[in-house]
Amino acid sequence: MAVALVLVLIVVGSVSFHLLSPWWWTPIASNWDYIDNTIIITFWITGVVFAAVVLFMAYCVFRFRHREGNRAAYEPENKRLESWLTIVTAVGVTTLLVPGLFVWSRFVTVPSDATEVEVIGQQWQWSFRLPGKDGKLGTSDTRDVSADNPLGIIPGDPNGQDDVVVEAADLHLQVGKPVKMLLRSIDVLHDFFVPEFRAKMDMVPGSVTYFWFTPTKTGTFQVLCAELCGQGHPLMHGVVVVDTQQDYLAWIGQQQTFAQLSAPQKTGSADQASGTMASGLNVAAKLETVGSR
Amino acid sequence: MVDITPADGIPPAEVAEVELYHPHSWWTKYIFSQDAKVIAVQYSATATGIGLVALVLSWLMRLQLGFPGTFNFITPEAYYQFITMHGMIMVIYLLTALFLGGFGNYLIPLMVGARDMVFPYVNMLSYWIYLLAVLVLVSSFFAPGGPTGAGWTLYPPQAIMSGTPGGQDWGIILMLSSLILFIIGFTMGGLNYVVTVLQGRTRGMTMMRLPLTVWGIFTATVMALLAFPALFVASVMMLLDRVLGTSFFMPAISELGQQLAHNGGSPILFQHLFWFFGHPEVYIVALPAFGIVSDLISTHARKNIFGYRMMVWAIVGIGALSFVVWAHHMYVSGMHPYFGFFFATTTLIIAIPTAIKVYNWVLTLWRGDIHLTIPMLFALAFIVTFVNGGLTGLFLGNVVVDVPLSDTMFVVAHFHMVMGVAPILVVFGAIYHWYPKVTGRMLDETLGRFHFWVTFLGAYLIFFPMHYLGLMGVPRRYAELTDMTIMTESARHLNSFISIMAFIVGFAQMVFLFNLIWSIRHGREAGGNPWRATTLEWQTPQTPPAHGNFGKNLPIVYRWAYDYSVPGAKEDFIPQNMPGSFGPSREPT
Amino acid sequence: MSVIIVFLFVVAGFAGWWLSHQGLMSKPWLEQGLAGDVVALNRSTLPTAKIGLGVFLAVVGCLFALFTSAYFMRMAVPDWQPLPLPRLLWLNTGVLVLSSIALQCTSVAARRGQIDTVRLGLATAGLTALAFLIGQLMAWRQLTADGYLLASNPANSFFYLITGIHGLHILGGLVGLGRTTTSAWTGARPERVRLGVELCAMYWHFLLFVWLAIFALLAGWAATFVDICRLLLT
Repeated sequence: MAVALVLVLIVVGSVSFHLLSPWWWTPIASNWDYIDNTIIITFWITGVVFAAVVLFMAYCVFRFRHREGNRAAYEPENKRLESWLTIVTAVGVTTLLVPGLFVWSRFVTVPSDATEVEVIGQQWQWSFRLPGKDGKLGTSDTRDVSADNPLGIIPGDPNGQDDVVVEAADLHLQVGKPVKMLLRSIDVLHDFFVPEFRAKMDMVPGSVTYFWFTPTKTGTFQVLCAELCGQGHPLMHGVVVVDTQQDYLAWIGQQQTFAQLSAPQKTGSADQASGTMASGLNVAAKLETVGSR
Repeated sequence: MVDITPADGIPPAEVAEVELYHPHSWWTKYIFSQDAKVIAVQYSATATGIGLVALVLSWLMRLQLGFPGTFNFITPEAYYQFITMHGMIMVIYLLTALFLGGFGNYLIPLMVGARDMVFPYVNMLSYWIYLLAVLVLVSSFFAPGGPTGAGWTLYPPQAIMSGTPGGQDWGIILMLSSLILFIIGFTMGGLNYVVTVLQGRTRGMTMMRLPLTVWGIFTATVMALLAFPALFVASVMMLLDRVLGTSFFMPAISELGQQLAHNGGSPILFQHLFWFFGHPEVYIVALPAFGIVSDLISTHARKNIFGYRMMVWAIVGIGALSFVVWAHHMYVSGMHPYFGFFFATTTLIIAIPTAIKVYNWVLTLWRGDIHLTIPMLFALAFIVTFVNGGLTGLFLGNVVVDVPLSDTMFVVAHFHMVMGVAPILVVFGAIYHWYPKVTGRMLDETLGRFHFWVTFLGAYLIFFPMHYLGLMGVPRRYAELTDMTIMTESARHLNSFISIMAFIVGFAQMVFLFNLIWSIRHGREAGGNPWRATTLEWQTPQTPPAHGNFGKNLPIVYRWAYDYSVPGAKEDFIPQNMPGSFGPSREPT
Repeated sequence: MSVIIVFLFVVAGFAGWWLSHQGLMSKPWLEQGLAGDVVALNRSTLPTAKIGLGVFLAVVGCLFALFTSAYFMRMAVPDWQPLPLPRLLWLNTGVLVLSSIALQCTSVAARRGQIDTVRLGLATAGLTALAFLIGQLMAWRQLTADGYLLASNPANSFFYLITGIHGLHILGGLVGLGRTTTSAWTGARPERVRLGVELCAMYWHFLLFVWLAIFALLAGWAATFVDICRLLLT
């Protein structure tokens, strides 16, 4: 009796937890509500299956529990029932899979009007690079990374000269404009994750990965690293600000290009570079203090 | 009626007597024993011992997560070391070793009607190499720099870099060496389990008469033999990268302003190798659990397992399919996005045979005669947690749903539910079920029920709410969940609640350990077949079974493993080795 | 990962063939008594040790298939520079073939019960296998002397790694061969010697096959072959 009751309570409790608890996803700020919808479909189907199986079990435990003189039925198999269950399961699984694959094909097809933004991860900070007036990002190589060129942009590439470099600072994006995030790492695996955007992808040193999305809401969002990258991993936060067009243009006007930063006559470049390294080491220093506590 | 009753003159068994090594001294009887049953106990004890270490590590992690800032000795460095060792120990050194080395060694020879494993000496070596692997692993706690903190997936490049604890110290080297040893040792044992099922079966024991426990362990071992080499290859190559400076997995790297000597290596290659092992590993743990739970349900519901043939096909099908789904762990790894279509499809297909197994378990309960013994309770709890964890697998397997959820607490909750809690519940159920055979005494019932309720409900309360933290976007493997805009005040409270539950559940395991030890002496006498079960291990002349298992003559098998409540039979069970014909409409074949 | 997938398909083929003989479609609850006790439904007539070795060789095959898969995947990165294989490897291949032939002759002799030939054959096989190992070490030294160091290029790393693992397997085989040789000399039962010799022969042939495959791989022929297949398919 008690067992059957507990099984029923587990179903009731789980469903009410799902419906009533305050813990739910963050309000979406990108075009990937398709993903949210797929999750909702999945919740419905899996929820029904979970409730059905456990309630059926509860009924069996209640109805067929051992009593003196009882004897179980003899039923080695029931082909019809088993075939039906298989078919129903296959249909259920297909209903989950098909919308999922449709959305995935959308996810991996980058629209042609998406602007490219490069994200560079390193232990334990985020930097960004936006194409300049030519609309193209210059090529890069980890071997070119140095104090003066922390993102490893190849100095000889003319496309790279006018690239806007945002080191260890906030990234601004324009609301309503699709962006293709090109992801690059110069040391270990990282993962650029903004929960509100739903999309994420690992950054793999030695190659460039990508995903795309369209920010749909203005505001400030926190970037988290979602791939273990050493002991500074939980402190590797960043900020993405989604602006209106006006604000965005104002922001980008203040940024410096690669050519400006690497020009030797400008003393600002050295400050900027040392600033980056310092902030990279900030986390290390913070860890150090945590360690010595 | 099919009944070939060789009433007199049963021909002598076709198998030549296995040349058993008969121990003469205490040392060869209990320490360097070649008896599979002793080896099984050795495996189980070692696995439990190291598992306790992993349990304590999980407490320390939960202390840090549930009450951030309170326990300052748990630095991020230490946290990552705990998390790595906890994961690796639980998955490999506890679950794999316990299911295959422990239950496999004990049950396979008894259940198939053999005197011992076919290669007893190799079997003994297998245990000692496993022990060595465990000792190497433990030694990393005492090595300079401590154990590795690379996460149990050991992803390069960070696994062998200085930003990760143990990356440039001894930690990662000892971890990889221990894994290599484990795989060598396991291969020795695995050969035994497979070949004993192939060649050691007694007269009349066809494959289709085997209990599902043996099918599960057999299939899992075959898979493990083919999957572990991938981990071996990955470990050897990473060891070379770390020690000799090769660049298998290490690309050009600029680490905190310094260029490393590596060049061109592919971190993704490691992930492919790792998950080529890692995904089958999930089923290496799950299939024995599937098999054992089928037998528990059938025995304690006094009813034959529903759809035995389907169950066998499903086990084999799941085993085969599990080798072509590995990249679903890599949807957001940056591999070619088109792989997502293929692997999402194969992953969701695997849900079908798995679902069939669940249906057949609950349909076995239908119109059964359910004895709510402790093994049965654990089996029921297994179904609840397994269904829950399996269904959340449908979220993560469906490629696009995985995008927001991967590397969040949702994943942690999912795999703990499906391959942590569910198989461990089966382990408990199996121990309550077979302990009387191993020791001759029953485990204490009251302590058992306490242990069951706290473990089951507690574990459910830990991991069910955790999914919702993941849904919020809380990432996994964060040593501190502070400074995050998504971590609301209520989410913090939820986290503390999860931690408290973790301590309670952990405490219940101490009660269980006490029960295990106390009952050896003080438990109720069990007799040979306390559950009135049909399979051969309950039909041994002595309990606990002597060396050689079956006395003078090996049993002869006349029927399948599930003749419960057969109409026309006097008892509600007919042992496999009982001759005679019972039951209704048994068609001639 | 295509090489390992193909390999697993072969293993699955064997497994499927074996399973198809296990009466998976039968209804075991309807069969009582010894109805199922046909030899084919029970166990193989092969000696258990041979089955055990067969399973082990599948595992070893899996290991080398995985190395091959990793080799091909790493090869796709542009920093790969193939290294010239030392000519000595041809000689080593010949020696290993000789070793295999010697064991094959030994196993024929063991079947006929010619114990002297068995002893001679075992000694020849052991010495040639040892010569192979020494030859491999000399090839390593030659490469190192020519500046092809382990860590300087992934092609070199794979060369040392794969030949090293293969050599370790030969070394393990020599332990088994040593035990068989001892039993042949100390006058163990003829069946035992015969089984030991047959197991060694099986292992040796397999490792010869693996060696030929990795030789083809390291020499670059395997890659050419894959390219041709790809061309034919597209």
